[in-house]
Amino acid sequence: MNLLLLLIVPLLTALAVLLSANGRQVKWLSFIGSLAQLALAFILLYTFEEERATGNTAQMLFEQRYPLFQSLNISLHFGVDGISVVMILLTAFVSIAGVLVSWNIEKMTKEFYFLLLLLGLGAYGFFISLDLFILFFFLEISVIPKYLLIGIWGTGRKEYSANKLALMLMGGSALILVGILGLYFVAGHSFDLTEIAKTTIPGNIQMIVFPLLFVGFGVFTALFPLHTWVPDGHSSAPTAGSMFLAGISMKLGGYGCLRVATYLLPEGAKEYANIIIALSAIAILYGAFATMMQKDLKYINAYSSVSHVGFSLLGIGMLTQTAITGALIQMVSHGLMTALFFAVIGMIYDRTHTRMVAEMGGLMKVMPFIATIFFIVGLCSLGLPGLSGFVAEMTVLVGSWQNNDVFHRVATIAAAMSIVVTAVYILRAIARTAMGPIKNAAFLQLKDAAWNEKLAAIILVAGILSIGIAPNWLNELLRPAAEIIMNRIAGK
Amino acid sequence: MPNATIIALIPLLPLAGFVLLGLFGRKVFRNSSGILATVLLLASTVLALYTAYEYFFVYGKVDSIYQKFIPLQLTWLEFYKGLSIDMGIYIDPISVMMLVVVTFVSLMVHIYSLGYMKGEERFPVYYSFLGLFTFSMLGLVLASNIFQIYIFWELVGVSSFLLIGYYYDKPSAVAACKKAFIVTRFADLGFLIGILILSFCSGTLDFQTLIQRLTVPGSSEFNTAVSYSFMGVSAITWGAALVFVGGAGKSAMFPLHIWLPDAMEGPTPVSALIHAATMVVAGVFLVTRLFPVFAITTPNTLVIVGWVGAVSAIFAAIIACTQTDIKRVLAYSTMSQIGYMMFALGVSKYGGEAGLGFTASLFHLFTHAMFKALLFLAAGAVIHYVHSNEMKDMGGLRKQLPITHITFLIACLAIAGVPPFAGFFSKEEILLAAYQNNIAIYYIALITSGLTAFYMFRLYFNIFWSKPYESHGESHHGEGGFVMMLPLVLLAIGAAAAGFIPFGEYVSSDGTPLKSNFHLQFSIAPVVLGLTGIFTAMWLYRSQNDRPAKIAASLNGFYKAAYHKFYIDEVYVFITKKILFNLIGKPAAWFDRNVVDGAVNLTGATTQAISVGIKKIQSGKVQQYAIYFLAGVIVLAALFIYVWK
Repeated sequence: MNLLLLLIVPLLTALAVLLSANGRQVKWLSFIGSLAQLALAFILLYTFEEERATGNTAQMLFEQRYPLFQSLNISLHFGVDGISVVMILLTAFVSIAGVLVSWNIEKMTKEFYFLLLLLGLGAYGFFISLDLFILFFFLEISVIPKYLLIGIWGTGRKEYSANKLALMLMGGSALILVGILGLYFVAGHSFDLTEIAKTTIPGNIQMIVFPLLFVGFGVFTALFPLHTWVPDGHSSAPTAGSMFLAGISMKLGGYGCLRVATYLLPEGAKEYANIIIALSAIAILYGAFATMMQKDLKYINAYSSVSHVGFSLLGIGMLTQTAITGALIQMVSHGLMTALFFAVIGMIYDRTHTRMVAEMGGLMKVMPFIATIFFIVGLCSLGLPGLSGFVAEMTVLVGSWQNNDVFHRVATIAAAMSIVVTAVYILRAIARTAMGPIKNAAFLQLKDAAWNEKLAAIILVAGILSIGIAPNWLNELLRPAAEIIMNRIAGK
Repeated sequence: MPNATIIALIPLLPLAGFVLLGLFGRKVFRNSSGILATVLLLASTVLALYTAYEYFFVYGKVDSIYQKFIPLQLTWLEFYKGLSIDMGIYIDPISVMMLVVVTFVSLMVHIYSLGYMKGEERFPVYYSFLGLFTFSMLGLVLASNIFQIYIFWELVGVSSFLLIGYYYDKPSAVAACKKAFIVTRFADLGFLIGILILSFCSGTLDFQTLIQRLTVPGSSEFNTAVSYSFMGVSAITWGAALVFVGGAGKSAMFPLHIWLPDAMEGPTPVSALIHAATMVVAGVFLVTRLFPVFAITTPNTLVIVGWVGAVSAIFAAIIACTQTDIKRVLAYSTMSQIGYMMFALGVSKYGGEAGLGFTASLFHLFTHAMFKALLFLAAGAVIHYVHSNEMKDMGGLRKQLPITHITFLIACLAIAGVPPFAGFFSKEEILLAAYQNNIAIYYIALITSGLTAFYMFRLYFNIFWSKPYESHGESHHGEGGFVMMLPLVLLAIGAAAAGFIPFGEYVSSDGTPLKSNFHLQFSIAPVVLGLTGIFTAMWLYRSQNDRPAKIAASLNGFYKAAYHKFYIDEVYVFITKKILFNLIGKPAAWFDRNVVDGAVNLTGATTQAISVGIKKIQSGKVQQYAIYFLAGVIVLAALFIYVWK
């Protein structure tokens, strides 16, 4: 499959949106565009599987290379492995759901959808890029729209949150840029990921460059203690903004931590692994405990994201093939789950005009569909088998346990303890919002989900179930790619 | 050989019911949901009985030993070559027996609910949850892989959560379902870590392989499992003990039992199915599944199993004597009876005659499922009639509810261990096993069986005798129709006759038939104690008098403590509210808002302050720039002249 299609389709959709006449056209164009993206993602999955079935075991498939700045040795180099394919699928799922739940945006509809599509474009570009410079370029594309989405369409302290988010992410980007330049000069003036992977980078350089890259990407994926943009950013962002932010953008960071930092700098990864493990184990428990005390649904999901994303970083830090596969599954799972969670919160907020848990109650009675989805996503978050969260967490834990020493064991048990704390805060949230008697008589008039909201929820639930019920397809896509990364770490 | 398709259909039919009713229950199956679910389950039950017949009487036995079969095994998630979660079907006497118990009791509950839950607004939802539960429970008993058990273990947990919280607008039901899920989740953490330890030592998640590798002294896996130790205890013991924590949570063993009495907030048929007959015995089932591993551990994990079981048995029996909510009495009674099953396992050994406790435990599981489900369903009929759970609102109901009365009496006789009812035989075996291996536990069990007879007949006389029944004015609707009485009668037949099944012939720790050896003189003590309990209850409660109040007063402090369930709930509230929320949660949230985020804001503020300071330099006044320029030149000149000569 020609990977450029993944850039052309969102770009054309975005342009068409800019040129369209009214809000109605904008919405339908965006919807059709994201439907096309979803179709493309499935075609990519299919052709990828077909290609692998023919016995093509090359690390990257569908490679394309167009020189861009020859003097600097920058080229548009695209290619995908199992990880990229999965991330592209995730992006397509979240994009279409995001478009659907924003159906009632009245303010500057055109600009809103344009920015959403731009965010998606940045993510697709990021996931297919094999040239670090281009990869960085796409990463930046996905920052600016977020600033505007929160600043313009947000709620609450939106200016503060938008500033904080943009500045922290820019700070991360600065570290990444320095790291990439470091790699460029050490690896013989090349930005090419596959080229750099062939060179051996001196150990002392790795010790300097690895933290730059890992922390830089880590900011994007809420590496503790650089996570504080997450709660504020999410709580101020419009629903689709939160969905994109947590569902896609945070995954850019995780992907970068693995694909760029860990893969290219294995010695650095080994050296700093224990710090990563310690930080992520802390994040998992600390995020969970902090969630327990939150009163606002968006803050609940934001802090729980810090905890869940910790599993991804923990898996990477554990440096075993199973744990890394688990980390990747967790990225997908969390992406779908958290997008759905924010979508549901948005639906509830649109109706009740509050996000405070204490003011709700008995929503099951008035909006059974939304409440049921809330149940499903909550159960996914607390790791119920049959839903994706369980698969991810168990894979990380089994992979982590393969490290046979006290430090790793303690970290693993600490991470495992979160399954109890998560159950506590999720059930509290569910019980107080969806169950119990109706506290506010005005709620009796509320309507259940509209068609667009139902469709968005069903798409994401389908994703969650497809991983939760039969996880091996995803596992088999990710495992070989994780193996290649592990081989480089093991020095094979 | 077992037929994989037929066996796979047993759990899949209820699953189909769950999916169909869950998706289309509101619209398509609005009126037919109960019938649909019941028919599906009837098919499941027939298939389960067929499987049991085929296994026990046709192909199961080779060389007079019951064999283990795995007719189906699909890779669900492969971690690496050799370590994978499989979804399989594991056929041995235990799983086949459990298939029959689960489908039969579930079918009874399905039929009964047609009457009991009639007119409920969320009728289809109720049946879809029942389907989910039955599917999960069957998946659990058929599991061939330890992670498969864990998966279905969690699924039965969530079905239990959903069904306890069925009346979701009732705050007490919401609190109860949360509590049940969280307490068992806490126990499952132990289970999960236990699985990680055992699978790491054995390099597999498959039951058969795992047991094989860990029970052969001298094999490399066994050596790993024994040589690694933590706090002086070997890895294999840790693994088994932690797995048992999971089992104890699900089976409501002391001190993880606090969720079970509250779980009675669910509809009564649900309590019969989940919180009496099937799910709560999952812990017992789990220990039997890994029994060879438990038996080989040193220090012996079975000692823990035995004592936890014994303490739970007597502890719950004492509390049951003081409760006034009839479902809560039954809940504590369930806990006590499961305690019996647990300590029976604890005093057992693996293989041959020494495995008597093992057989006895499962035998009791089997008979208990019958009489306890019956007790709950009969109690449901009573509650249905008087619209209350409290004993004080009952009394003299034997005239109004004749069938319920007789069946309830049969169940009481069975649980009290009066011959020839089912409970007598299974309890007898348990006591014998305890007598042979651990005399202290034997005496605890003996006292408990007296208490059991007492509190059950206290319940019986309070409901059906005591005082004449006075109607409270509300219109009355007979005993509850054919659909509610049929399950009672069928279960009563089971509770009366199940004891005559030569259980040891079919189910034993290693598959070799165990002859049941029946000692008449041994039975005298427990039967006499049981009858004493019954007659005491009769003396106190047969007709209204002030004796119970006097006795309660004379036992003042102890009675109060027992009535308040020995304050265990209060301890838990203290731990969660004070420690988890106030000591960990609040500081964590505060730290995040003030320290971590404070640092971020501080960085921002500092940057801003610096820029405010610096921006004054760029004032746009040429004269000022000229002065800076001059000053720079002078400083540089001075440096070049005097410092860097």
